[in-house]
Amino acid sequence: MTMLLKVDKAVKEFGALRVCNEISFEIQAGEALGILGPNGAGKTTLLNLIAGDLPLTSGRILFNDQDVSGQPANKRCTMGIGRTSQIPRPFTGMTVYENVLLAAQYGRRKSEADSYHVCRDVLALTGLLPLWNTVAGNLRLLDRKRLELARALATQPSLLLLDEIAGGLTDHEVHDLLAILRQIRAQGVTIIWIEHIVHALVSVVDRIIAIDFGTLLIEGTPDEVIHSETFRQVYFGIDTDLEPVT
Amino acid sequence: MVARNKSTPIPIVNTMNREYRLIAFGVLAVVIIIALPQLGGTGLPRQLSDLFVFISIATMWNLLSGYAGMVSVGQQGWIGLGSYATIVIADDLGASLFVSVFLAGIFTALVSIPTSWVVFRLRAGYFAIGTWVVAEVFQLLVSSSTGWLGGGAGRSLASIRGFVRSTSPETFALTTYYVAAAIAVLSIIVVYSLMRSRVGLGLTAIRDSESGAASLGVNTTRLKLIAYVVAAGMTGIAGGIIAVMSINVRPDAAFSVQWTAFMIFITVIGGIGSIEGPIIGAVLFYFIRNQLSSYGEWSFIVLGVIAVVMMLVAPRGIWGLIQQRTHFEIFPIRRLMPRRLLMENTPSTGEAP
Repeated sequence: MTMLLKVDKAVKEFGALRVCNEISFEIQAGEALGILGPNGAGKTTLLNLIAGDLPLTSGRILFNDQDVSGQPANKRCTMGIGRTSQIPRPFTGMTVYENVLLAAQYGRRKSEADSYHVCRDVLALTGLLPLWNTVAGNLRLLDRKRLELARALATQPSLLLLDEIAGGLTDHEVHDLLAILRQIRAQGVTIIWIEHIVHALVSVVDRIIAIDFGTLLIEGTPDEVIHSETFRQVYFGIDTDLEPVT
Repeated sequence: MVARNKSTPIPIVNTMNREYRLIAFGVLAVVIIIALPQLGGTGLPRQLSDLFVFISIATMWNLLSGYAGMVSVGQQGWIGLGSYATIVIADDLGASLFVSVFLAGIFTALVSIPTSWVVFRLRAGYFAIGTWVVAEVFQLLVSSSTGWLGGGAGRSLASIRGFVRSTSPETFALTTYYVAAAIAVLSIIVVYSLMRSRVGLGLTAIRDSESGAASLGVNTTRLKLIAYVVAAGMTGIAGGIIAVMSINVRPDAAFSVQWTAFMIFITVIGGIGSIEGPIIGAVLFYFIRNQLSSYGEWSFIVLGVIAVVMMLVAPRGIWGLIQQRTHFEIFPIRRLMPRRLLMENTPSTGEAP
């Protein structure tokens, strides 16, 4: 396997506040990595740094052995980094199809005619095909989340960043979403996924990193991380002396 | 654009019909433009030239604000610069009168590039104020040139006299009319072509979510610059024809914020974010203004009240109301999925999405 992304001592400061403190990790092509951590741990910031929505204070981000630290978000998208946002950002005045078409046309520099099949395929995969001509502003939350995913997929990313894509969904909806994510993985797309719904996350990812206060706490297989004392202390706020280890 | 009501999904219209309908409307518009001057006396072409100016400048304001989401209050800057550029190009540099009008648009488009470096640092309301400040700076610069540009007293477009002497006042009025009509048609064609292209899709996305557009590969700064420069250039051309239609160009009139107020009024009552809207709005504004012309300052109060009521009752303007009920459109901007793709059920390609 080849290394797809390398985050090297990434630091992000907002004034005196250090929200990302020398985080380093790597991800191989085809791998799926989960990111866990309490609210405010700096997970979304980390994703924003990788996607280029925020500039690094110091450190480097290598994608396909290329330093992309100085590249803007749109450039990183065309290089192959696709992302979804925790709060969906649909283009409310455009139809579902136009949302996806835009992603295909800009993310992959394709003409409208060359984008038809990509659009159709991602709309079919995310179950949005029947809604293709609906104005995105009229979609309910689940469909907005699906659209967020469909748009990111239409840019045909080699690395897909997912920010709490299952948040706010019912169990049944999460189940449907997991099926979609497994299909995306099967197509060879590398995934970095932030999620609070642990059982959903562990059913998809190969490896997990846990962060708190902008610092990487632990890295390992889902089992190792979930059962580690460091993680349980921080994430569940459980005093491990009193908690019987299962 | 289709009204954003809750009726989902939008009925699918035949793609071919959409284009034929547009061509039919285009032919009809050209026939009307040619036929109108034959109806009335010598005053009518002059009056209708005003209408075409309104269509042009409102169409451009709509491109900036309605499609690209950049609300500008400084479009009068391009009208003023375009007017003065026309005078300089025609009178001082000796270009022919109506060619100067279009060259003035190239000038304002060029000036808008360095201007964008300043105003693009500002967002939303600050952008609006920034554009106004820039327009005020242009006015102050022009006013300070007391010798060359005539200072506050303004300067007249001397080439008009030459044109009238070599032809006739009627020919001048008619030529002005056709050039003004051509500018209006050109403005609409430019915006329609932009909106049908990838640029239009990107601009609409930027309006709805700039950060969202950037994460999907849209170079937001470049697209905004395209819209800004195109709007400045076309508004500059409109400013040029305004100079031709005025006896004397004065800085306080040419750079008056009233121009932008007119653009906003026209676009809002007609329907923001549609190509049809500013055209309908301009026609309405033209008639309302003629009706109210004898009431002086009161006419502005009436126009303001109409705009406020319109925003509250029908935020998508008159065209929005028509669309909501009929889904009728003249300019097909919505992208539709080819029918053959909807028929196929199995994924058409093996490639990763």
